[in-house]
Amino acid sequence: MMTRKSLDFWVGVFVLMGIAALLFLSLKVANLSSFSNGATYPISARFDNIGGLKVRGAVKSAGVVVGRVTAIDFDNQSFEARVTMALDDRFRFPKDTAAKILTSGLLGDQYVGLAPGGDTANLQAGDTLTITQSAVVLENLIGQFLYSKAAEAPGKK
Amino acid sequence: MIVKLGAVVSDVGARVVNRVWRLGFASRFFWTMLGHSGTALRRFPLTLREIYFAGVLSLIIILVSGLFVGMVLGLQGYDTLARYGSAEALGVLVALSLVRELGPVVAALLFASRAGSAITAEIGLMKATEQLDAMEMMAVDPVARVVAPRFWGGVLSMPLLAALFSAMGIFGGYLVGVVLIGVDAGSFWSQMQSAVDFREDVVNGVIKSVVFGVAVTWIAVFEGYDAPPTAEGVSGATTRTVVTASLAVLALDFVLTALMFRGT
Repeated sequence: MMTRKSLDFWVGVFVLMGIAALLFLSLKVANLSSFSNGATYPISARFDNIGGLKVRGAVKSAGVVVGRVTAIDFDNQSFEARVTMALDDRFRFPKDTAAKILTSGLLGDQYVGLAPGGDTANLQAGDTLTITQSAVVLENLIGQFLYSKAAEAPGKK
Repeated sequence: MIVKLGAVVSDVGARVVNRVWRLGFASRFFWTMLGHSGTALRRFPLTLREIYFAGVLSLIIILVSGLFVGMVLGLQGYDTLARYGSAEALGVLVALSLVRELGPVVAALLFASRAGSAITAEIGLMKATEQLDAMEMMAVDPVARVVAPRFWGGVLSMPLLAALFSAMGIFGGYLVGVVLIGVDAGSFWSQMQSAVDFREDVVNGVIKSVVFGVAVTWIAVFEGYDAPPTAEGVSGATTRTVVTASLAVLALDFVLTALMFRGT
């Protein structure tokens, strides 16, 4: 039989390893350290079509993640999608910033891209972005392509 | 003919009644055990000893299996993802499948066969050699002294083992994917970090492993306590522990997954 002391030691080692694994999973794998405790401010934007954008999707500007999508709902008055985002407090954008829905890679996730404008006043918490561009819907794109092909086809003969 | 049919029907009926009776007994036993848990937690060295037997001694099998499961995921995942030209998503695949499913489930299955069977055999043999009766004669409650510490030892060990399994598996995936095959290390980690959510994935995985820990250890201590006090009885109870606990883990996993991840 083991002595009390070495038994306690090994249980202690086991618990430490377990906690280290949990910390590894939450900090390194789930990346809890960034963006969870930082202060954010809410901004909303209206889009005609958000495509496949999801809650918790990234908000990027110049390719850098500056916030997250916190809520998506449908406005039954204007029949538009209203996307609410939480932007990191460290980043401030001009009032006339434009929002686009973009796709990372050919098959990647969709995210909101912010293109800063030239206004001297900055966005305040709760502001709504007015200049927006919807997601590109592949079916519409193919439809337009076929339509324009069909239109130019007779002239080429 | 009719007599034979009647015998079959009454046999099935007896089995069903027996199962229901055992389930009722197991539930009552669960409450008794929770009621006696105060002693196990106040006299913590008792539980500590069980954490040693259930947790520390399972470390090797958990760590080695985790490493190999992660390495296999790395190889297979790379093979499939490379066909779609998105080998950088390997980190996401390995981390999500381990943290959400494989970590808790495989660790619980290993735990059931490594520690659960040992718990059942130990308690069953104590019963067969009348040690439990002897304790009762000395006014020591065997549920408080023997069963509850083993239960809590298992319940406390299980989440730690599952987390170690997942962490080891991700390390294995990293070894195969990044070191061996040469997927870019930066995108391996950054895609993983942007896809794995703390609340949705890591916390749900821990909740799963706690539920599995309760289920597996409960079945193990109950089968041991309920084992017929013979050599055959103990061996049958040990087998039943592994079979029932594994099935319970898989069934509970389906229910929990359906509740937690409804594809939002």
